[in-house]
Amino acid sequence: MTLRQPNSFVGRPVERIEDLRFLRGKGFYISDLSRPNQLHAVIFRSPEAHGRIKRIGIERARALKGVHAVIIASDLGPTPPHIPLRLQPLPELVPFHQPMLAFEKVRYVGEPVAVVVADTAAIAEDALELIELDIETLPAITGRASAEAAQSVLFEGHGSNEALVWTAVRGNADAAFAKADLIIKDTFRVQRHAAMFMEPRGFVAEWQADTQRMQVWGAAKVAWANRRILATALQIDEHAIDMFELDVGGGFGSRGEFYPEDYLIPAAARIVGRPVKWIEDRREHLMCANHARDIECNVEMALSKDGLILGLRGMSYSDNGAYLRTNGSVGPRNISQFMSGPYKIENIHLQTTMLTTNKTPSGTFRGPGRFETDFVRERLIDLAASQLGMDRAVIRRKNLVRDEDMPYPLATITPYESVTDLDSGDYPAVFDLCMTEFGWAEKSALAGKLIDGRYHGIAIGSFIEGGAAGPKEDARLVLELDGTLTVYLGSSAVGQGLQTIMTQITADAMEMPFDQIRVLHGSTSHVKDGFGSYHSRSTVMGGSAILLAAEKLKDKICEAGAAALGCAKEQVLIDGQTVRHGDRSVSFAGLSPEPIDVEASFFNKKYTYAYGTQAAHVSVDPGTGHVRVHEYLSVEDVGRMINPLTLHGQAIGAIVQGLGGTFLEHLIYDENGQLQTGSLADYLLPTASDFPKIRAITLELKPSPNNPLGAKGAGEGGIIPVGGIITNAVANALSSLGVEPMELPLSPSRVWKLIDDARKRIV
Amino acid sequence: MKLSPVRYAAPTSVEEAVALLATCDAKIISGGQSLMPIMAFRLASPELLVDLKKIKGLGDIVLDSEGLHLGAKVKWIEIETDVRLKTAHPLLTKAIEHVAHYQIRNRGTVGGSLAHADPASEMPAIAACCDAVISVVGSGGLRKINAADFFVGALQTRLEPDEIIVKILLPPWPATRRWGFQEFSRRRGDFALAGIAAYFDVEPDGRATNAHIAVFGASDYQRRLTGAEAELNGKKPTADTFAAAARAAAAEVDPPSDIHAPADYRRALVETLTGRALADANR
Repeated sequence: MTLRQPNSFVGRPVERIEDLRFLRGKGFYISDLSRPNQLHAVIFRSPEAHGRIKRIGIERARALKGVHAVIIASDLGPTPPHIPLRLQPLPELVPFHQPMLAFEKVRYVGEPVAVVVADTAAIAEDALELIELDIETLPAITGRASAEAAQSVLFEGHGSNEALVWTAVRGNADAAFAKADLIIKDTFRVQRHAAMFMEPRGFVAEWQADTQRMQVWGAAKVAWANRRILATALQIDEHAIDMFELDVGGGFGSRGEFYPEDYLIPAAARIVGRPVKWIEDRREHLMCANHARDIECNVEMALSKDGLILGLRGMSYSDNGAYLRTNGSVGPRNISQFMSGPYKIENIHLQTTMLTTNKTPSGTFRGPGRFETDFVRERLIDLAASQLGMDRAVIRRKNLVRDEDMPYPLATITPYESVTDLDSGDYPAVFDLCMTEFGWAEKSALAGKLIDGRYHGIAIGSFIEGGAAGPKEDARLVLELDGTLTVYLGSSAVGQGLQTIMTQITADAMEMPFDQIRVLHGSTSHVKDGFGSYHSRSTVMGGSAILLAAEKLKDKICEAGAAALGCAKEQVLIDGQTVRHGDRSVSFAGLSPEPIDVEASFFNKKYTYAYGTQAAHVSVDPGTGHVRVHEYLSVEDVGRMINPLTLHGQAIGAIVQGLGGTFLEHLIYDENGQLQTGSLADYLLPTASDFPKIRAITLELKPSPNNPLGAKGAGEGGIIPVGGIITNAVANALSSLGVEPMELPLSPSRVWKLIDDARKRIV
Repeated sequence: MKLSPVRYAAPTSVEEAVALLATCDAKIISGGQSLMPIMAFRLASPELLVDLKKIKGLGDIVLDSEGLHLGAKVKWIEIETDVRLKTAHPLLTKAIEHVAHYQIRNRGTVGGSLAHADPASEMPAIAACCDAVISVVGSGGLRKINAADFFVGALQTRLEPDEIIVKILLPPWPATRRWGFQEFSRRRGDFALAGIAAYFDVEPDGRATNAHIAVFGASDYQRRLTGAEAELNGKKPTADTFAAAARAAAAEVDPPSDIHAPADYRRALVETLTGRALADANR
């Protein structure tokens, strides 16, 4: 018997197998797909933020040459179907579900009112101009003040613009505040912004009248959940629908959630009896895909005089937009539950009110709720350190949760009750490493200094990143007749390198070479069920399911090998791609007359918590308010790394996205609820040259005890503390002026205004 | 974001183009870098696009005793890569570096920028700063318009609907001239929130003279700031002089407000950038 080195693909910087295709221009996106005899759909969207629909005149549009159908709500039944919540599906949120087409009222600019189906998209857009929408305008609710003043309410049946209150409780906050030496209290705001992936959304749908089957291309993220929603809305069996995933350039929480178009395009295909294609344009994306953040937090922190954080208390207000869509309550819930972050804060009473307003509905965007709360918490800690005269690093390190405290329960959230524990970690060790790598002691000399006309500042802060949402994920392994292996997954690829990661895990688990493994994902026909890619779950959940399936498959292979070799299953062993008994062996290829097919599910209800510390060095130009990021460092422990190369890229990308949210990205509405940022000339994204010096270090210190890989959901998290850390660095730079920003984004005009106001105060 | 139906013509002479412009609601297209996005948003739906691409002779860069002649079809990339201009008109080349992005500079044209008259554009700022003369041809023949008269408001010029810009003349540039160019935008290549193009000459006694300071981005249209120039002319170019000129510049602009920058911030930028442009000039 020859000695073989076991495979060790996991943990190695394997180059992405996806890239060869992408770099050769062989990627295949929804826009690349066309079906024979296909028509094109364009959506007529509400031009007004709030009003009652008096009349929709579609006759002129319908009469335009090349137009095949104009569909309005009344074509969809007595009441159009609504989009249910996928996460936290509370019955009290049912009144806020979005109808697939505006019904009786319009509630935001961009809300779908009609679908035009025509020979070309250009003809359909010409037809849009012929649709007459008669609206009785109602006052637009555009923020907390107008929501509470309730000059109008979005849902008259509910009676107010407050949809629901989340409450997170731990210990006794009031008692902690009563005995505090210092209470820091302020109002913090994080602006509305959103995921902006490479290419906007799109669908092609085709209805087979003879077999009564629906095919939908353009699925992403959560194909199985969306199939159930679509089946209910179309009133057909979910197994009569096939959903197909194509290549996508990023999801970030937004792509792949169920939007009205997820139903409207299949419904249109069924109505016109021909394949229908719809490609969202960027303007539509900005006004129709989920928005995020948009939060105001009135929060206070209680401390002892030696800098121990005793409690957190307060109210936050989440501007959720016009409807609560599939995952609209995740962010607001997280605001309350995760505000304590990696710090041992024993007493918490935090509430978040979800407000309905006449703006685009919101949903998750990378680090939902966490980006916002980290801004609030890290600002509060710096403000407290300043009041106490304590070093900002010392006060943080002192309050970090310790390894011996694990599992450490976070505040319990209601009404959709959820209990979660920090799973493992050496938080102080990572903090110390970040300080050393950053050169905190040396750079401290720069703090507040004016050098060549710019004020320099530094900041440091820690964060946790939740991952691995349950309840389960499925994997199916098939040993093909030629001895190669096919992996079918319920996880989906949104640009995160899923194929590479899963091939690594499979290659190690099955001791097979990389090129003998094929990973297929994202089609509802592959596995019975699937939960998809969100909450940094794919690697942990899908990867663990592969490990379980591999054990099953090896068992079946041994069984088949034993049968072929004429011995007992216990007498054989797998050696490379053969089954061996003594000196006789049989190859995987041709092992059995049928492919060997196994399926396994990994069940898990416990989240993983990757964690880390980040630090920044910035300088501020007082003449323009411009902030330059000189250095940004992230140090994160992910338990176990599957692929350092892809994870490193995602860590850097997450930080850049966080810097975008800190400085640039802002969805601005006017007082009439009109979106002012309808193009990428006004909605500003960070570009490749904006933030050149970012470093990310990833560690494997403390594996997660909650899954067989020991991995923690990661790659999403780099974004989480960026807003808080950068703002603290700006405050540090401007400390001689006493500037304390409480609101994002740190646009140059805002920073300049803070400086100008401070100078006027000083004079 | 599909265009409304539109007809298209590509005449071979200026006269033919002028004739087409008079027939209906027509727009000239050359690089298309401003017009096409506007049409894609259906903010403009002209009946006819008159493409200048087949018209010869509008794309020359000529240096002679009159100064620097730029044909209307000269592209930004051609200015950037013309080695003569780095000394013949350094202020122009510096300004053009700030025009949008590489891909846009490969197509965008001098004439298109002047005709579009975006308040945040660099070329109109150079035209205003340098007292350029803009040549236009219409049904009435050729006429020459001083830059100071050409720009009249945001996206508004003295150009008649049937007129085409054929060239712009920048007066000769002495080698000893002091100049500075400062622009502030949210990101590299974005529209300027404010910008200043400035130059002055120095008398043998060391005093500044012939000061030209033009604003863009923080004004309805590109124009010279005569109050600021007056603070500079006849004075020694010192930090104090520049500060006074910068204050005067801020005082004489009436900036617009938008989502990226309120008026008071733009005014502050004008002061900062004027001071910096003059300091650059003094190096």
